Amino acid sequence: MRRLRTLIAAGVLSIAGLTAGAQAAGDVPVPPAEKWAHGGVNSFLSFFKGYDYAAVQRGFQVYKEVCSACHSMHLLHYRNLHDIGFTEEEVKAIAASVEITDGPNDQGEMFTRPGIPSDRFHNPFPNKQAAAAANGGKAPPDLSLIVKARAHHEDYIHGLLVGYAEAPAGFDMPPGGNYNKYFPGHAIAMAQPLYENGITYTDGTAATLDQQARDVTQFLAWAAEPKLEERRRVGIMVIGFLVVFAGIMYAAKRRLWADVH
Amino acid sequence: MAHAPQSNFSNPVVNWIDQRLPVITMMNKEYGSFPTPRNFNYFWNFGALAMFVLVTMIVSGIVLAMHYTNNTLLAFDSVERIMRDVNWGWMIRYIHANGASMFFIVVYIHIFRGIYYGSYKAPRELIWIFGVVILLLMMGTAFMGYVLPWGQMSFWGATVITNLFSAIPVVGESIVTLLWGGFSVDNPTLNRFFALHFLLPFVLLAVVFLHVAALHITGSNNPLGIEPKGPQDTLPFHPYYTTKDIFGLTVFLIFFAAFVFFAPNYLGHPDNYIPADPLVTPAHIVPEWYFLPFYAILRSITFSIGLPFTDVVLIPAKLGGVLAMFGSIAILFVLPWLDTSPVRSSRFRPIFKWWVLLCLVPAFFMLGYAGGKPAEQPYVLIGQLGTVMYFAFFLLLPIIGRIEKPLPLPASIAKPVLGGGSVATGATAQVMEKA
Repeated sequence: MRRLRTLIAAGVLSIAGLTAGAQAAGDVPVPPAEKWAHGGVNSFLSFFKGYDYAAVQRGFQVYKEVCSACHSMHLLHYRNLHDIGFTEEEVKAIAASVEITDGPNDQGEMFTRPGIPSDRFHNPFPNKQAAAAANGGKAPPDLSLIVKARAHHEDYIHGLLVGYAEAPAGFDMPPGGNYNKYFPGHAIAMAQPLYENGITYTDGTAATLDQQARDVTQFLAWAAEPKLEERRRVGIMVIGFLVVFAGIMYAAKRRLWADVH
Repeated sequence: MAHAPQSNFSNPVVNWIDQRLPVITMMNKEYGSFPTPRNFNYFWNFGALAMFVLVTMIVSGIVLAMHYTNNTLLAFDSVERIMRDVNWGWMIRYIHANGASMFFIVVYIHIFRGIYYGSYKAPRELIWIFGVVILLLMMGTAFMGYVLPWGQMSFWGATVITNLFSAIPVVGESIVTLLWGGFSVDNPTLNRFFALHFLLPFVLLAVVFLHVAALHITGSNNPLGIEPKGPQDTLPFHPYYTTKDIFGLTVFLIFFAAFVFFAPNYLGHPDNYIPADPLVTPAHIVPEWYFLPFYAILRSITFSIGLPFTDVVLIPAKLGGVLAMFGSIAILFVLPWLDTSPVRSSRFRPIFKWWVLLCLVPAFFMLGYAGGKPAEQPYVLIGQLGTVMYFAFFLLLPIIGRIEKPLPLPASIAKPVLGGGSVATGATAQVMEKA
């Protein structure tokens, strides 16, 4: 019994240590918590949840038709789209729809060619300086990891995309700024990107603002953590094994120590 | 073979080797029949757990090093390539990243155990000193490892921490230039940090070897803090403690796996998924959670110390913070001599017990809490209070050793005054026969 108590004490100590590690939040607006089919990339209690691939595919359409005009996603390759349910032919067609600058060829010339699945997602700008110059001095962030790179993750991206509003009276808006309820400081350089029926979904889903924001958020979540489902699946097996093994070891230990106690 | 020991193993190959190099005899002596106090509680698992985590870190780290590129332009993307395209790369990286946190959790509990049960006292002072060296090496290794992914927190953490050395008078600036390999944190910094991050774990392993070797000279302390008086007080390490350690390890691995597979980024910071940008400073630069108590001590010295009634500054606030932070580790080295009580275990030390639980432990958590918050009130005050409590714990120990009246110690481990531990002298021999 005493042993059990010390074991529990050790557990409590370590958990307390972890909560002590909770990071500084500051006075940044908190986006509303939403429900996600996959539970969220950083959600702990979502052992069996996976991505809603219909939403992820629609989200890719939103990215392709709207976001990709300014934002790169250089960690993704077109071949990765196979993982969210596009067929080989569809992936090839999507890749071929962009012009990729390649080279130098045997003559030392750069040339353009249609994209292939092993290409990275097409960057809308030739370099960071061009991206900054076209966007008021600051390059739009790459979106490959954006869901993991912001506090509140999916909720923040969704909140940001639906959070454009009239600036309250007296708000000191810097030039080129747009008011957003959930952007830290509220003045964001990006103009509102998504609008009601701004795009037409290929699967016929009604393209409300919330629907588009939700879909593209799920696409970006998948892009940031593509191994989420494999991770949880393996985790269930690993922990399942360990729990059984701990039981066996506990029984073995009890039996062995029975003579001693 | 004048001095060759007489080996008596039934397997002729084993026998042949053992006569020439008695490693098997040695392993049997140190991990087989090694007499170990019979009354360990589960706190005594944490040394073995730390050893396991160290090996896990070295193995996973070597695999990561095979795929990592130590160049500022490529490092961030090479880590993401590990996450996306290397077979099982995501798992190996999450094991390594969370393994660092696990190492500190396990080692902090191990240190707590050492303090609470007085394991640092004679004749085990040198084991304790090696332990503090291990802690320092761990901190250096962990800090440099966090720089390698070259995210925003990597870069700015490296900038803040290396800049601390500039507070040292006269040579400070030169030390910082040497650490950076230039005049700012840049590619040379990343390269030397990678080289050192690869090297230091093996130095760590060597010091762990000394830590364990010294332990095997004196034998382990135990929850009663009294030395075993004979065979009735000990058990052979195998099978008793091998079995108990494997059970403890399995429980620990469940905890570890829960982080790796279900909350791999919980202990990290979102900003480290943004590539390092020397032109954009994050709103709050926070170190990894395991450094927060020491970071809070660093920031709690908000005042300069000078000659009273003059403008002469002897110790600027920045230097004071650095001295306090390094002092918080340095003071551990002299703990065996600050604590003058002859009694080891807190069980028999009515004042020291509560001094640990109500001063040192809360100080550690208060500092950890304050270290994760921005440098503003009330967090600075909490950090300062924690700093005072932390140092007071150590500096008042000589007084406690003098005024405290320890409870009577039991005659032996097998016959404690408290609790009803039965004497089972036959148990050892019986199991040896079974095995």
